[in-house]
Amino acid sequence: MSDVPVPHLVTGMRRETADTVSLTLTPAGQEALEPFAPGQFAMVYAFGVGEIPVSVSRVGRRELVHTIRSVGAVSAALCALRPGSQVGLRGPFGTGWELERAAGQDIVAVTGGIGLAPLRPLVLAARAAHRAYGRLNLLVGSRTFEDLLYADQVRAWAESHGPLLCRATVDRPSPGWWGHVGLVTTLLNSARFVPENTTAYVCGPEVMIRATARDLLHRGVRADRIRVSLERNMRCATGHCGHCQLGGVLMCRDGPVIGWDRAASLLMVREL
Amino acid sequence: MTNNPATGVLDRDGLSALIEVLAAQGRTVIGPTVRDGAIVLAEIGSADDLPFGWGSEVEAGRYRLVPRADGAVFAHTAGPQSWKTFLHPQREKLWSAERTPDGALSVTEDDPEQTSYAFLGVRPCDLRAITIQDRVLAGGRYPDRGYRERRTGAFLIAAECTEPGATCFCVSMGGGPAVDGSGFDLALTEVLDQGGHRFLVRVGSEAGRDALDGVPHAPADAETEYAARAAVDAARDRMGRAMPPVDLRTLMGESLEADRWDDVAARCLTCGNCTMVCPTCFCTTTEEVTDLTGDHAERWLRWDSCFDVAFSHLHGGPVRASARSRYRQWLTHKLSTWYEQFGSSGCVGCGRCVTWCPVGIDITEEAAALHDERAGRLRHEKQKETQR
Ligand SMILES: Cc1cc2nc3c(=O)[nH]c(=O)nc-3n(C[C@H](O)[C@H](O)[C@H](O)COP(=O)(O)OP(=O)(O)OC[C@H]3O[C@@H](n4cnc5c(N)ncnc54)[C@H](O)[C@@H]3O)c2cc1C
Ligand code: SF4
Ligand code: SF4
Ligand code: FES
Repeated sequence: MSDVPVPHLVTGMRRETADTVSLTLTPAGQEALEPFAPGQFAMVYAFGVGEIPVSVSRVGRRELVHTIRSVGAVSAALCALRPGSQVGLRGPFGTGWELERAAGQDIVAVTGGIGLAPLRPLVLAARAAHRAYGRLNLLVGSRTFEDLLYADQVRAWAESHGPLLCRATVDRPSPGWWGHVGLVTTLLNSARFVPENTTAYVCGPEVMIRATARDLLHRGVRADRIRVSLERNMRCATGHCGHCQLGGVLMCRDGPVIGWDRAASLLMVREL
Repeated sequence: MTNNPATGVLDRDGLSALIEVLAAQGRTVIGPTVRDGAIVLAEIGSADDLPFGWGSEVEAGRYRLVPRADGAVFAHTAGPQSWKTFLHPQREKLWSAERTPDGALSVTEDDPEQTSYAFLGVRPCDLRAITIQDRVLAGGRYPDRGYRERRTGAFLIAAECTEPGATCFCVSMGGGPAVDGSGFDLALTEVLDQGGHRFLVRVGSEAGRDALDGVPHAPADAETEYAARAAVDAARDRMGRAMPPVDLRTLMGESLEADRWDDVAARCLTCGNCTMVCPTCFCTTTEEVTDLTGDHAERWLRWDSCFDVAFSHLHGGPVRASARSRYRQWLTHKLSTWYEQFGSSGCVGCGRCVTWCPVGIDITEEAAALHDERAGRLRHEKQKETQR
């Protein structure tokens, strides 16, 4: 459904950090949305307040999980919901990460802040099918320990010796912090990948995306194999409202995941 | 020159009869009228409502209606509105939602209003603008239902241009004063000579043929056809303005960091008038409206403008805060990135944005200045190269 929100029941709510909540959403009636691919997003409607784009942070059989940071009217209303409330959902929209295109390659996923949410389903899928890929790396950046999403899960990954190499870093350490300190790009040094045979996935604030893509390029990862997810204002998600333009890219239709080969020159222009 | 053979000649009474036939089909007939000193598109009941004897004088930032002694009805240029006012209205309800006391949500889509329009006097530039909006709003993966229904139900009577305005530049945008090809039901060409005041009619569709069959008209004669062609051909050579004859896509793509944007930003009021009057500009935003009980909410669509600073707002501030970046967004979208998004230019050269800009900013002049700046830059680079 793309025109009208489909009612969904909040069947789970988890507080991730002081300002971020994960909602598990299950169709309230007969009508359900088409399946979402990792990297795609839904327009999530908070009754009487408005609608915002939110990526899927987990895709279940019937249910979807969205991890939402409260930054304004709609996101705050969504973060205040309790199990039993209902929201409207439209989607799935946009391009996904397209993990299948990385078969046989090393994978490097780099996240900053809330950017871990859209990449979680990709990491879970890659980990579950790790034999199809080379080495798997997840590099997680966060401002502080308190802001780290899915902290227990990230720590378990970081301490495991499974197929996924996971490292986490914070800008400012606080008591109890178990990982690195510094920018997420510094973690690239400890990641294991052969640049010529690597696909990278990057999601986070735009400054972080630029810095990470620059370092990956510098190491020899092909620009079209650096897949980044960009954020622009979105009102419709169906290609009609014009808000999500970045040059010739309509982010809701041609993105939010695009290759660095296309993104680089657009992001170089200030205020494009 | 055209694959639609002329099929008839109408006089003023014939035009009135045509309006009546279309109204009898249950259509709302919209055409140019004179109101508040401008040509305004509004519902018409007969040919008497049309602006016989009115022309317009336009310049950058100026518009004035002037009486015409010859009594011509289609000799005015574009007014402040375009047909998008009807096909893609300023405000439209999309859906409403109810919340029951136990928190359950139900959403109902609003059925688009079922108006069946007939547009009388669609200029060739505006005909192109409609096909451009068709691609944007009805052509993609998610057709806009309301637009599509209004559009498929609309009957289009084109009027070729015999009197282009000083701000017109359709020829340099690959169009022209003639109606060619398809996309219309009937096409009129106004002829005023010793033979009288009459309209050559060409048929562009079955519905057009049916409508014409229902009104008294004379068979097309060679003299009227000749006069009509001559008037339209002459109009082609009298365009008031022109875009610089360069590949505008490349020009825009290579001018993103031009100094000229600062120059135009110093003049631009970022009022958004240009986007409102432009027949292809389609941007919208949504509004959430709730009633006092708080259990009923409505979602409305309304026109928006890339000149509004909130247009690009993100957590952390707008992407395009400066006037420079917003004017650049408008011009590069019209002339360049529209191709990537929707496969054509976003400008048909109707001149409205030039006429209705309160400070007279002229997009042909801005494009020419960008061209000069780029040419200077390229010359400079070449010089440096040869010196090396
Ligand atoms: C494809 C995509 C995927 C996304 N995925 C996620 C995700 O998984 N999780 C997530 O948390 N977020 C995600 N986002 C971001 C999320 O959509 C935004 O945070 C959300 O739209 C904010 O809306 P809001 O109504 O809560 O805040 P807004 O009201 O939009 O406020 C945001 C900020 O802007 C300010 N502001 C509000 N209105 C204006 C105005 N008119 N002018 C200037 N400033 C204003 C507010 O004060 C606030 O600081 C995604 C965005 C996109 C495009
Ligand atoms: S940009 Fe100006 S001239 Fe071009 S179609 Fe729009 S209003 Fe007309
Ligand atoms: S170009 Fe003219 S009409 Fe357009 S926003 Fe600027 S001042 Fe307003
Ligand atoms: S969000 Fe409306 S066009 Fe992309």
